[in-house]
Amino acid sequence: MHFSTSGLESARRHVGDEVRVLIEADSDIVLAREHGRLIGKKIGFSATDLTIIATAISEVARNILVFAKSGEIVIREVSEHGRSGIQITARDNGPGIPDISLAMQEGYSTGKGLGMGLPGSRRLMDEFQVISSAGNGTIVEMKKWVNQNG
Amino acid sequence: MAKKEDNRITSDTDQNVPSESIGELLRQLVAHLRQNRTQLRQEWARRITQAKLLTAMSQDEIFAEATTIYDNYVEALESGTFEALQGYARNLSERIIPRGVETQEVIGIVLLLRDVLARSLFAKYQHDFALLNRILDAYEPAANSIANTVAVGFVQERERTITQQQEAIRELSTPVLQVRERLLILPIIGVIDPQRARQLTEQLLRGIRTNRAKVVVIDITGVAAMDSNVANHLVQTVEASRLLGATVIVTGLSPEIAQTLVTIGVDLTKMNTVGDLQGGIEEAEKLLGYKVILVSDTTAQA
Amino acid sequence: MEVPILKQGGYLIATIQAALSDADLIKLQDALVEQVGKYRSKGVIIDVTALDVMDSFATRTLRSIAHMIKLRGAETVICGIQPEVAFAMVQLGLTLEGISTALDLEEGLALLNKRTREREAARGR
Repeated sequence: MHFSTSGLESARRHVGDEVRVLIEADSDIVLAREHGRLIGKKIGFSATDLTIIATAISEVARNILVFAKSGEIVIREVSEHGRSGIQITARDNGPGIPDISLAMQEGYSTGKGLGMGLPGSRRLMDEFQVISSAGNGTIVEMKKWVNQNG
Repeated sequence: MAKKEDNRITSDTDQNVPSESIGELLRQLVAHLRQNRTQLRQEWARRITQAKLLTAMSQDEIFAEATTIYDNYVEALESGTFEALQGYARNLSERIIPRGVETQEVIGIVLLLRDVLARSLFAKYQHDFALLNRILDAYEPAANSIANTVAVGFVQERERTITQQQEAIRELSTPVLQVRERLLILPIIGVIDPQRARQLTEQLLRGIRTNRAKVVVIDITGVAAMDSNVANHLVQTVEASRLLGATVIVTGLSPEIAQTLVTIGVDLTKMNTVGDLQGGIEEAEKLLGYKVILVSDTTAQA
Repeated sequence: MEVPILKQGGYLIATIQAALSDADLIKLQDALVEQVGKYRSKGVIIDVTALDVMDSFATRTLRSIAHMIKLRGAETVICGIQPEVAFAMVQLGLTLEGISTALDLEEGLALLNKRTREREAARGR
Protein backbone atom coordinates (compact mmCIF):
# COMPACT_ATOMS: atom_id res chain seq x y z
CA MET A 1 0.00 0.00 0.00
CA HIS A 2 1.20 3.47 -0.73
CA PHE A 3 -0.15 6.74 0.53
CA SER A 4 0.85 10.20 -0.48
CA THR A 5 1.54 12.54 2.40
CA SER A 6 1.89 15.89 0.68
CA GLY A 7 -0.96 18.20 1.56
CA LEU A 8 -4.26 17.46 3.21
CA GLU A 9 -6.23 16.56 0.10
CA SER A 10 -3.77 14.20 -1.49
CA ALA A 11 -3.18 12.35 1.76
CA ARG A 12 -6.85 11.49 2.01
CA ARG A 13 -7.87 8.03 0.99
CA HIS A 14 -11.52 7.63 1.67
CA VAL A 15 -12.80 4.16 2.22
CA GLY A 16 -16.31 4.97 3.29
CA ASP A 17 -15.72 7.66 5.88
CA GLU A 18 -12.12 6.77 6.53
CA VAL A 19 -9.02 8.86 6.22
CA ARG A 20 -5.68 7.12 6.13
CA VAL A 21 -2.42 8.90 6.79
CA LEU A 22 0.90 7.24 6.20
CA ILE A 23 3.29 7.93 9.05
CA GLU A 24 6.91 7.93 8.00
CA ALA A 25 8.22 11.37 8.96
CA ASP A 26 7.51 13.65 11.91
CA SER A 27 5.59 16.08 9.69
CA ASP A 28 3.08 13.26 9.10
CA ILE A 29 2.19 13.40 12.79
CA VAL A 30 0.99 16.99 12.33
CA LEU A 31 -0.99 15.89 9.28
CA ALA A 32 -2.68 13.02 11.14
CA ARG A 33 -3.64 15.41 13.95
CA GLU A 34 -5.21 17.83 11.51
CA HIS A 35 -7.28 15.04 9.97
CA GLY A 36 -8.37 13.95 13.43
CA ARG A 37 -9.57 17.49 14.14
CA LEU A 38 -11.39 17.79 10.80
CA ILE A 39 -13.25 14.51 11.17
CA GLY A 40 -13.89 15.08 14.87
CA LYS A 41 -15.38 18.47 14.15
CA LYS A 42 -17.70 16.95 11.57
CA ILE A 43 -18.84 14.38 14.12
CA GLY A 44 -19.64 17.14 16.60
CA PHE A 45 -16.91 17.05 19.27
CA SER A 46 -16.32 20.08 21.49
CA ALA A 47 -13.18 22.22 21.21
CA THR A 48 -11.70 20.51 24.26
CA ASP A 49 -12.45 17.04 22.90
CA LEU A 50 -10.93 17.94 19.53
CA THR A 51 -7.71 18.93 21.30
CA ILE A 52 -7.79 15.72 23.32
CA ILE A 53 -8.28 13.64 20.16
CA ALA A 54 -5.48 15.47 18.36
CA THR A 55 -3.18 14.91 21.35
CA ALA A 56 -3.94 11.18 21.47
CA ILE A 57 -3.31 10.88 17.72
CA SER A 58 -0.01 12.67 18.22
CA GLU A 59 1.07 10.17 20.86
CA VAL A 60 0.22 7.00 18.93
CA ALA A 61 1.63 8.42 15.70
CA ARG A 62 4.91 9.20 17.43
CA ASN A 63 4.96 5.68 18.84
CA ILE A 64 4.84 4.38 15.26
CA LEU A 65 7.71 6.61 14.23
CA VAL A 66 9.90 5.84 17.22
CA PHE A 67 9.36 2.08 17.39
CA ALA A 68 8.49 0.98 13.87
CA LYS A 69 9.87 3.80 11.65
CA SER A 70 6.68 3.74 9.57
CA GLY A 71 3.04 2.75 9.65
CA GLU A 72 -0.38 4.25 9.17
CA ILE A 73 -3.13 6.00 11.08
CA VAL A 74 -6.73 5.36 10.07
CA ILE A 75 -9.36 7.78 11.34
CA ARG A 76 -13.06 7.20 10.90
CA GLU A 77 -16.47 8.05 12.22
CA VAL A 78 -18.25 5.28 14.10
CA SER A 79 -21.68 4.94 15.65
CA GLU A 80 -23.08 2.51 18.16
CA HIS A 81 -26.31 2.46 20.17
CA GLY A 82 -27.32 5.79 18.69
CA ARG A 83 -24.17 7.61 19.77
CA SER A 84 -21.46 8.74 17.42
CA GLY A 85 -17.75 8.77 17.92
CA ILE A 86 -14.36 8.68 16.35
CA GLN A 87 -12.15 5.66 15.93
CA ILE A 88 -8.43 5.92 15.48
CA THR A 89 -6.37 2.94 14.46
CA ALA A 90 -2.59 3.08 14.48
CA ARG A 91 -0.96 0.20 12.62
CA ASP A 92 2.65 -0.71 12.01
CA ASN A 93 4.80 -3.66 11.06
CA GLY A 94 7.50 -2.88 13.56
CA PRO A 95 9.09 -5.08 16.20
CA GLY A 96 5.86 -5.24 18.22
CA ILE A 97 5.42 -5.08 21.97
CA PRO A 98 6.52 -8.22 23.82
CA ASP A 99 4.72 -7.32 27.05
CA ILE A 100 1.66 -5.11 26.56
CA SER A 101 0.71 -4.83 30.22
CA LEU A 102 4.23 -3.61 30.96
CA ALA A 103 3.99 -1.07 28.14
CA MET A 104 0.69 0.19 29.55
CA GLN A 105 2.26 0.96 32.91
CA GLU A 106 2.82 4.58 33.80
CA GLY A 107 6.35 5.70 33.18
CA TYR A 108 7.34 2.68 31.13
CA SER A 109 9.27 3.52 28.02
CA THR A 110 11.85 1.93 25.82
CA GLY A 111 11.97 4.72 23.26
CA LYS A 112 12.74 8.37 23.60
CA GLY A 113 9.33 9.28 24.99
CA LEU A 114 8.33 10.07 28.51
CA GLY A 115 6.65 6.72 28.78
CA MET A 116 3.19 8.18 28.59
CA GLY A 117 2.45 7.45 24.97
CA LEU A 118 0.18 4.45 25.48
CA PRO A 119 -1.10 4.89 29.04
CA GLY A 120 -1.58 8.61 28.41
CA SER A 121 -3.58 8.04 25.25
CA ARG A 122 -5.73 5.54 27.10
CA ARG A 123 -6.60 8.22 29.65
CA LEU A 124 -7.52 10.64 26.89
CA MET A 125 -9.86 8.27 25.05
CA ASP A 126 -12.98 6.34 26.08
CA GLU A 127 -11.93 2.99 24.65
CA PHE A 128 -8.45 1.69 24.09
CA GLN A 129 -7.06 -1.57 22.82
CA VAL A 130 -3.60 -2.77 21.87
CA ILE A 131 -2.95 -5.84 19.76
CA SER A 132 0.70 -6.74 19.46
CA SER A 133 3.27 -9.42 19.92
CA ALA A 134 7.00 -9.53 19.44
CA GLY A 135 7.88 -9.50 15.74
CA ASN A 136 4.32 -9.02 14.50
CA GLY A 137 3.81 -5.30 14.53
CA THR A 138 1.38 -3.32 16.64
CA ILE A 139 -2.22 -2.20 16.27
CA VAL A 140 -3.60 0.41 18.63
CA GLU A 141 -7.33 1.01 18.33
CA MET A 142 -8.98 3.77 20.31
CA LYS A 143 -12.38 5.42 20.35
CA LYS A 144 -13.96 8.49 21.81
CA TRP A 145 -17.68 9.16 21.97
CA VAL A 146 -19.44 12.48 21.66
CA ASN A 147 -20.94 13.73 24.92
CA GLN A 148 -19.32 11.09 27.03
CA ASN A 149 -16.67 12.25 29.36
CA GLY A 150 -13.60 10.56 30.61
CA MET B 1 -57.91 18.76 1.00
CA ALA B 2 -59.70 19.28 -2.28
CA LYS B 3 -57.05 17.71 -4.42
CA LYS B 4 -58.21 15.33 -7.12
CA GLU B 5 -57.66 11.69 -6.33
CA ASP B 6 -56.85 10.90 -9.98
CA ASN B 7 -53.69 12.95 -10.00
CA ARG B 8 -52.36 11.05 -7.03
CA ILE B 9 -53.18 7.71 -8.49
CA THR B 10 -51.41 8.28 -11.77
CA SER B 11 -48.27 9.80 -10.25
CA ASP B 12 -46.07 6.86 -9.48
CA THR B 13 -43.82 7.95 -6.63
CA ASP B 14 -43.80 4.72 -4.70
CA GLN B 15 -40.18 3.75 -5.09
CA ASN B 16 -40.10 2.24 -1.63
CA VAL B 17 -42.88 -0.18 -2.34
CA PRO B 18 -41.42 -3.37 -3.67
CA SER B 19 -44.22 -4.71 -5.85
CA GLU B 20 -46.75 -2.95 -7.98
CA SER B 21 -49.72 -4.63 -6.41
CA ILE B 22 -48.78 -3.34 -2.96
CA GLY B 23 -48.42 0.11 -4.45
CA GLU B 24 -51.86 -0.21 -5.96
CA LEU B 25 -53.32 -1.35 -2.64
CA LEU B 26 -51.71 1.54 -0.79
CA ARG B 27 -53.17 3.93 -3.35
CA GLN B 28 -56.62 2.53 -2.73
CA LEU B 29 -56.01 2.84 0.97
CA VAL B 30 -54.87 6.46 0.71
CA ALA B 31 -57.92 7.30 -1.37
CA HIS B 32 -60.13 5.77 1.27
CA LEU B 33 -58.44 7.71 4.07
CA ARG B 34 -58.77 10.96 2.15
CA GLN B 35 -62.44 10.40 1.43
CA ASN B 36 -63.24 9.71 5.08
CA ARG B 37 -60.84 12.28 6.48
CA THR B 38 -63.37 14.29 8.51
CA GLN B 39 -65.08 11.32 10.09
CA LEU B 40 -61.87 9.38 10.90
CA ARG B 41 -60.20 12.43 12.39
CA GLN B 42 -63.16 12.99 14.69
CA GLU B 43 -63.23 9.37 15.67
CA TRP B 44 -59.53 9.46 16.49
CA ALA B 45 -59.80 12.65 18.57
CA ARG B 46 -62.74 11.12 20.43
CA ARG B 47 -60.75 7.97 21.20
CA ILE B 48 -57.79 10.06 22.41
CA THR B 49 -60.02 11.90 24.89
CA GLN B 50 -61.72 8.67 25.91
CA ALA B 51 -58.37 7.01 26.62
CA LYS B 52 -57.40 10.06 28.75
CA LEU B 53 -54.35 10.77 26.65
CA LEU B 54 -52.89 14.26 26.11
CA THR B 55 -54.75 15.52 29.18
CA ALA B 56 -52.49 18.55 29.24
CA MET B 57 -54.14 19.80 26.05
CA SER B 58 -57.59 21.22 25.30
CA GLN B 59 -60.13 19.53 22.98
CA ASP B 60 -59.49 22.10 20.24
CA GLU B 61 -55.75 21.67 20.50
CA ILE B 62 -56.07 17.89 20.32
CA PHE B 63 -58.27 18.16 17.25
CA ALA B 64 -55.90 20.59 15.55
CA GLU B 65 -52.86 18.39 16.20
CA ALA B 66 -54.82 15.28 15.25
CA THR B 67 -55.67 16.86 11.91
CA THR B 68 -52.07 17.67 11.11
CA ILE B 69 -50.82 14.26 12.22
CA TYR B 70 -53.59 12.60 10.19
CA ASP B 71 -52.66 14.48 7.02
CA ASN B 72 -48.96 13.80 7.53
CA TYR B 73 -49.77 10.17 8.20
CA VAL B 74 -51.66 9.82 4.92
CA GLU B 75 -48.85 11.66 3.11
CA ALA B 76 -46.32 9.22 4.52
CA LEU B 77 -48.45 6.22 3.52
CA GLU B 78 -48.72 7.59 0.03
CA SER B 79 -45.14 8.67 -0.59
CA GLY B 80 -43.42 6.00 1.50
CA THR B 81 -41.08 8.73 2.81
CA PHE B 82 -41.12 9.90 6.39
CA GLU B 83 -39.16 13.17 6.36
CA ALA B 84 -42.19 15.44 6.57
CA LEU B 85 -43.73 13.34 9.32
CA GLN B 86 -40.44 13.15 11.16
CA GLY B 87 -40.09 16.93 10.99
CA TYR B 88 -43.62 17.37 12.28
CA ALA B 89 -43.11 14.82 15.06
CA ARG B 90 -40.04 16.71 16.24
CA ASN B 91 -41.87 20.02 16.05
CA LEU B 92 -44.85 18.63 17.94
CA SER B 93 -42.57 17.13 20.59
CA GLU B 94 -40.79 20.43 21.05
CA ARG B 95 -44.14 22.08 21.78
CA ILE B 96 -45.68 19.42 24.02
CA ILE B 97 -42.67 18.28 26.06
CA PRO B 98 -42.60 21.48 28.15
CA ARG B 99 -46.27 20.83 28.92
CA GLY B 100 -45.47 17.50 30.48
CA VAL B 101 -46.68 15.12 27.79
CA GLU B 102 -45.25 11.67 28.39
CA THR B 103 -43.71 9.21 25.97
CA GLN B 104 -46.46 6.63 26.48
CA GLU B 105 -49.09 9.23 25.56
CA VAL B 106 -47.47 9.91 22.22
CA ILE B 107 -47.07 6.23 21.48
CA GLY B 108 -50.65 5.73 22.68
CA ILE B 109 -52.16 8.22 20.25
CA VAL B 110 -50.23 6.83 17.31
CA LEU B 111 -51.37 3.32 18.15
CA LEU B 112 -54.94 4.60 18.48
CA LEU B 113 -54.79 6.12 15.01
CA ARG B 114 -53.50 2.83 13.70
CA ASP B 115 -56.44 1.10 15.34
CA VAL B 116 -59.03 3.61 14.09
CA LEU B 117 -57.78 3.28 10.54
CA ALA B 118 -57.58 -0.50 10.66
CA ARG B 119 -61.18 -0.69 11.89
CA SER B 120 -62.36 1.54 9.09
CA LEU B 121 -60.54 -0.64 6.58
CA PHE B 122 -62.19 -3.66 8.11
CA ALA B 123 -65.61 -2.03 7.77
CA LYS B 124 -64.98 -1.13 4.16
CA TYR B 125 -63.53 -4.42 2.95
CA GLN B 126 -65.30 -6.94 5.18
CA HIS B 127 -67.28 -8.21 2.20
CA ASP B 128 -64.07 -9.41 0.56
CA PHE B 129 -61.75 -11.10 3.04
CA ALA B 130 -59.04 -11.84 0.50
CA LEU B 131 -58.85 -8.19 -0.47
CA LEU B 132 -58.99 -7.08 3.18
CA ASN B 133 -56.05 -9.34 3.93
CA ARG B 134 -54.02 -7.91 1.09
CA ILE B 135 -54.89 -4.36 2.12
CA LEU B 136 -53.87 -5.06 5.71
CA ASP B 137 -50.64 -6.66 4.49
CA ALA B 138 -49.83 -3.46 2.67
CA TYR B 139 -51.00 -1.24 5.52
CA GLU B 140 -49.29 -2.95 8.46
CA PRO B 141 -45.60 -2.42 7.63
CA ALA B 142 -46.20 1.17 6.54
CA ALA B 143 -48.21 1.93 9.67
CA ASN B 144 -45.52 0.35 11.84
CA SER B 145 -42.80 2.48 10.26
CA ILE B 146 -44.91 5.56 10.83
CA ALA B 147 -45.55 4.70 14.48
CA ASN B 148 -41.86 4.10 14.91
CA THR B 149 -40.90 7.38 13.28
CA VAL B 150 -43.17 9.42 15.52
CA ALA B 151 -42.20 7.62 18.72
CA VAL B 152 -38.47 7.78 18.01
CA GLY B 153 -38.79 11.45 17.08
CA PHE B 154 -40.46 12.16 20.39
CA VAL B 155 -37.96 10.20 22.46
CA GLN B 156 -35.01 11.88 20.73
CA GLU B 157 -36.48 15.30 21.35
CA ARG B 158 -37.09 14.42 24.98
CA GLU B 159 -33.53 13.22 25.44
CA ARG B 160 -32.26 16.40 23.86
CA THR B 161 -34.32 18.47 26.30
CA ILE B 162 -33.06 16.47 29.26
CA THR B 163 -29.44 16.82 28.18
CA GLN B 164 -29.91 20.56 27.82
CA GLN B 165 -31.43 20.84 31.26
CA GLN B 166 -28.65 18.77 32.82
CA GLU B 167 -26.13 21.02 31.13
CA ALA B 168 -27.86 24.12 32.51
CA ILE B 169 -27.99 22.70 36.03
CA ARG B 170 -24.34 21.79 35.90
CA GLU B 171 -23.38 25.28 34.70
CA LEU B 172 -25.30 26.73 37.60
CA SER B 173 -23.71 24.42 40.12
CA THR B 174 -20.16 25.58 39.43
CA PRO B 175 -20.09 29.34 39.29
CA VAL B 176 -16.75 30.97 38.60
CA LEU B 177 -16.87 34.28 40.45
CA GLN B 178 -14.61 37.26 40.02
CA VAL B 179 -14.23 38.99 43.39
CA ARG B 180 -11.49 41.36 42.43
CA GLU B 181 -9.58 42.15 39.32
CA ARG B 182 -7.52 39.06 38.47
CA LEU B 183 -8.93 37.03 41.37
CA LEU B 184 -11.45 34.25 40.80
CA ILE B 185 -13.32 32.16 43.34
CA LEU B 186 -14.69 28.73 42.56
CA PRO B 187 -16.89 27.43 45.36
CA ILE B 188 -17.60 23.73 44.84
CA ILE B 189 -20.67 22.31 46.49
CA GLY B 190 -21.97 18.78 46.47
CA VAL B 191 -20.79 15.63 44.81
CA ILE B 192 -18.01 15.70 42.25
CA ASP B 193 -18.18 13.00 39.61
CA PRO B 194 -15.73 12.76 36.71
CA GLN B 195 -18.10 14.54 34.36
CA ARG B 196 -18.63 17.44 36.74
CA ALA B 197 -14.93 17.63 37.55
CA ARG B 198 -14.22 17.93 33.86
CA GLN B 199 -16.81 20.60 33.30
CA LEU B 200 -15.64 22.50 36.32
CA THR B 201 -12.06 22.51 35.08
CA GLU B 202 -13.05 23.58 31.58
CA GLN B 203 -15.14 26.43 32.97
CA LEU B 204 -12.39 27.56 35.31
CA LEU B 205 -9.76 27.53 32.55
CA ARG B 206 -12.00 29.60 30.29
CA GLY B 207 -12.68 31.94 33.21
CA ILE B 208 -8.96 32.39 33.85
CA ARG B 209 -8.42 33.32 30.23
CA THR B 210 -11.35 35.73 29.86
CA ASN B 211 -10.82 37.43 33.24
CA ARG B 212 -7.02 37.37 32.93
CA ALA B 213 -6.96 35.89 36.42
CA LYS B 214 -3.67 35.43 38.25
CA VAL B 215 -5.00 33.80 41.40
CA VAL B 216 -7.85 31.34 41.85
CA VAL B 217 -9.32 30.28 45.18
CA ILE B 218 -11.06 26.90 44.99
CA ASP B 219 -13.23 26.44 48.06
CA ILE B 220 -14.25 22.86 48.78
CA THR B 221 -16.01 23.47 52.11
CA GLY B 222 -19.19 22.21 50.46
CA VAL B 223 -17.68 18.97 49.22
CA ALA B 224 -18.90 16.18 51.44
CA ALA B 225 -16.50 13.42 50.54
CA MET B 226 -13.41 12.97 48.50
CA ASP B 227 -11.88 9.81 47.15
CA SER B 228 -8.63 9.43 45.27
CA ASN B 229 -10.43 9.93 41.97
CA VAL B 230 -11.84 13.29 42.95
CA ALA B 231 -8.57 14.30 44.57
CA ASN B 232 -6.71 13.53 41.37
CA HIS B 233 -9.17 15.65 39.43
CA LEU B 234 -8.51 18.48 41.85
CA VAL B 235 -4.76 18.09 41.36
CA GLN B 236 -5.31 18.16 37.58
CA THR B 237 -7.40 21.31 37.86
CA VAL B 238 -4.66 23.01 39.86
CA GLU B 239 -1.98 21.95 37.38
CA ALA B 240 -3.99 23.01 34.34
CA SER B 241 -4.60 26.44 35.91
CA ARG B 242 -0.90 26.81 36.52
CA LEU B 243 -0.20 26.07 32.84
CA LEU B 244 -2.25 29.19 32.09
CA GLY B 245 -0.12 31.14 34.52
CA ALA B 246 -2.56 31.25 37.45
CA THR B 247 -1.84 30.29 41.05
CA VAL B 248 -4.45 28.17 42.78
CA ILE B 249 -5.24 28.27 46.50
CA VAL B 250 -7.44 25.46 47.86
CA THR B 251 -9.50 26.25 50.93
CA GLY B 252 -11.98 24.45 53.12
CA LEU B 253 -10.32 21.03 53.35
CA SER B 254 -12.19 19.45 56.25
CA PRO B 255 -10.24 17.39 58.82
CA GLU B 256 -11.95 14.24 57.49
CA ILE B 257 -10.96 14.97 53.92
CA ALA B 258 -7.43 15.91 54.93
CA GLN B 259 -7.16 12.60 56.76
CA THR B 260 -8.57 10.60 53.86
CA LEU B 261 -6.18 12.23 51.42
CA VAL B 262 -3.16 11.44 53.55
CA THR B 263 -4.36 7.89 54.12
CA ILE B 264 -4.93 7.14 50.44
CA GLY B 265 -1.61 8.75 49.64
CA VAL B 266 -2.65 11.63 47.41
CA ASP B 267 0.22 14.04 47.11
CA LEU B 268 -1.14 17.48 47.92
CA THR B 269 2.19 18.95 48.94
CA LYS B 270 2.41 20.84 45.67
CA MET B 271 -0.94 22.38 46.42
CA ASN B 272 -1.31 25.71 48.08
CA THR B 273 -3.86 25.16 50.86
CA VAL B 274 -5.33 27.63 53.35
CA GLY B 275 -7.78 26.77 56.13
CA ASP B 276 -10.89 28.68 55.17
CA LEU B 277 -12.22 30.81 52.35
CA GLN B 278 -11.52 34.08 54.14
CA GLY B 279 -7.92 33.13 54.75
CA GLY B 280 -7.68 32.03 51.14
CA ILE B 281 -8.89 35.37 49.85
CA GLU B 282 -6.46 37.22 52.14
CA GLU B 283 -3.62 35.07 50.85
CA ALA B 284 -4.74 35.70 47.27
CA GLU B 285 -4.82 39.45 47.86
CA LYS B 286 -1.31 39.31 49.25
CA LEU B 287 -0.15 37.46 46.13
CA LEU B 288 -1.79 40.10 43.97
CA GLY B 289 -0.16 42.90 45.97
CA TYR B 290 -3.29 44.20 47.64
CA LYS B 291 -3.19 45.50 51.19
CA VAL B 292 -6.44 45.76 53.13
CA ILE B 293 -6.64 48.71 55.50
CA LEU B 294 -9.51 49.55 57.84
CA VAL B 295 -11.16 52.83 56.89
CA SER B 296 -11.23 53.98 60.56
CA ASP B 297 -7.45 53.58 60.73
CA THR B 298 -6.86 55.78 57.71
CA THR B 299 -9.24 58.51 58.90
CA ALA B 300 -7.72 58.44 62.37
CA GLN B 301 -4.33 59.05 60.81
CA ALA B 302 -5.58 61.87 58.60
CA MET C 1 8.25 26.09 9.61
CA GLU C 2 10.90 28.01 11.50
CA VAL C 3 10.07 29.92 14.66
CA PRO C 4 11.09 33.59 14.53
CA ILE C 5 13.13 34.79 17.52
CA LEU C 6 12.89 38.45 18.39
CA LYS C 7 15.50 40.23 20.49
CA GLN C 8 13.87 42.75 22.77
CA GLY C 9 16.12 44.50 25.27
CA GLY C 10 17.63 41.82 27.47
CA TYR C 11 15.06 39.24 26.42
CA LEU C 12 14.52 36.83 23.55
CA ILE C 13 10.95 36.27 22.40
CA ALA C 14 10.16 33.19 20.34
CA THR C 15 6.66 33.19 18.92
CA ILE C 16 5.44 29.86 17.61
CA GLN C 17 3.10 30.60 14.72
CA ALA C 18 1.72 27.26 13.63
CA ALA C 19 1.73 23.58 14.46
CA LEU C 20 5.35 22.48 14.70
CA SER C 21 6.98 19.28 13.62
CA ASP C 22 9.46 17.64 15.97
CA ALA C 23 12.34 18.84 13.80
CA ASP C 24 11.12 22.45 14.05
CA LEU C 25 11.05 22.19 17.84
CA ILE C 26 14.59 20.86 17.97
CA LYS C 27 15.68 23.70 15.69
CA LEU C 28 14.05 26.18 18.05
CA GLN C 29 15.89 24.62 20.97
CA ASP C 30 19.27 24.91 19.24
CA ALA C 31 18.63 28.48 18.12
CA LEU C 32 17.49 29.68 21.56
CA VAL C 33 20.33 28.08 23.44
CA GLU C 34 22.82 29.60 21.03
CA GLN C 35 21.31 33.09 20.99
CA VAL C 36 20.95 33.35 24.77
CA GLY C 37 24.75 33.22 24.97
CA LYS C 38 25.34 35.38 21.93
CA TYR C 39 23.14 38.24 23.14
CA ARG C 40 23.76 37.68 26.84
CA SER C 41 19.99 37.58 27.33
CA LYS C 42 18.52 37.57 30.83
CA GLY C 43 15.30 35.91 29.89
CA VAL C 44 13.47 33.95 27.21
CA ILE C 45 9.77 33.94 26.44
CA ILE C 46 8.29 31.18 24.33
CA ASP C 47 4.83 32.13 23.14
CA VAL C 48 2.83 29.00 22.33
CA THR C 49 -0.55 30.69 21.75
CA ALA C 50 -0.77 29.22 18.25
CA LEU C 51 -0.05 25.66 19.36
CA ASP C 52 -3.22 23.56 19.24
CA VAL C 53 -1.58 20.48 20.69
CA MET C 54 1.13 19.96 23.31
CA ASP C 55 1.97 16.30 23.30
CA SER C 56 4.64 14.55 25.35
CA PHE C 57 7.35 15.36 22.83
CA ALA C 58 6.58 19.08 22.69
CA THR C 59 6.33 19.28 26.48
CA ARG C 60 9.59 17.43 26.95
CA THR C 61 11.37 19.65 24.44
CA LEU C 62 10.06 22.83 26.07
CA ARG C 63 11.20 21.49 29.41
CA SER C 64 14.71 20.77 28.11
CA ILE C 65 14.87 24.20 26.52
CA ALA C 66 14.04 25.78 29.88
CA HIS C 67 16.66 23.70 31.65
CA MET C 68 19.37 24.45 29.11
CA ILE C 69 18.58 28.14 29.25
CA LYS C 70 18.77 28.02 33.03
CA LEU C 71 22.23 26.46 32.71
CA ARG C 72 23.18 29.41 30.52
CA GLY C 73 22.07 31.77 33.27
CA ALA C 74 18.71 32.99 32.01
CA GLU C 75 15.04 32.53 32.91
CA THR C 76 12.38 30.99 30.68
CA VAL C 77 8.66 31.76 30.65
CA ILE C 78 6.20 29.76 28.56
CA CYS C 79 3.15 31.82 27.75
CA GLY C 80 -0.13 31.48 25.90
CA ILE C 81 -1.07 27.85 26.58
CA GLN C 82 -4.71 27.55 25.48
CA PRO C 83 -7.30 26.31 27.99
CA GLU C 84 -8.11 23.21 25.88
CA VAL C 85 -4.43 22.43 25.46
CA ALA C 86 -3.81 22.74 29.20
CA PHE C 87 -6.77 20.43 29.83
CA ALA C 88 -5.48 17.78 27.43
CA MET C 89 -1.95 18.07 28.85
CA VAL C 90 -2.97 17.33 32.44
CA GLN C 91 -5.21 14.48 31.28
CA LEU C 92 -2.24 13.02 29.47
CA GLY C 93 -0.21 13.46 32.65
CA LEU C 94 2.04 16.26 31.43
CA THR C 95 3.08 19.24 33.53
CA LEU C 96 5.70 21.91 33.21
CA GLU C 97 6.92 21.60 36.75
CA GLY C 98 9.59 24.09 37.73
CA ILE C 99 8.98 26.20 34.64
CA SER C 100 7.31 29.59 34.80
CA THR C 101 4.10 30.03 32.88
CA ALA C 102 2.08 33.10 32.00
CA LEU C 103 -1.26 33.86 30.41
CA ASP C 104 0.10 35.77 27.42
CA LEU C 105 3.08 37.73 26.15
CA GLU C 106 2.26 40.80 28.23
CA GLU C 107 2.07 38.74 31.42
CA GLY C 108 5.19 36.85 30.42
CA LEU C 109 7.17 40.06 30.08
CA ALA C 110 5.87 41.34 33.44
CA LEU C 111 6.88 38.06 35.07
CA LEU C 112 10.39 38.16 33.57
CA ASN C 113 10.82 41.78 34.71
CA LYS C 114 9.83 40.80 38.24
CA ARG C 115 12.15 37.79 38.25
CA THR C 116 15.07 39.81 36.92
CA ARG C 117 14.54 42.54 39.52
CA GLU C 118 14.43 39.95 42.31
CA ARG C 119 17.61 38.35 41.07
CA GLU C 120 19.44 41.62 40.79
CA ALA C 121 18.29 42.64 44.26
CA ALA C 122 19.51 39.32 45.64
CA ARG C 123 22.88 39.73 43.97
CA GLY C 124 23.25 43.32 45.14
CA ARG C 125 22.83 42.33 48.75
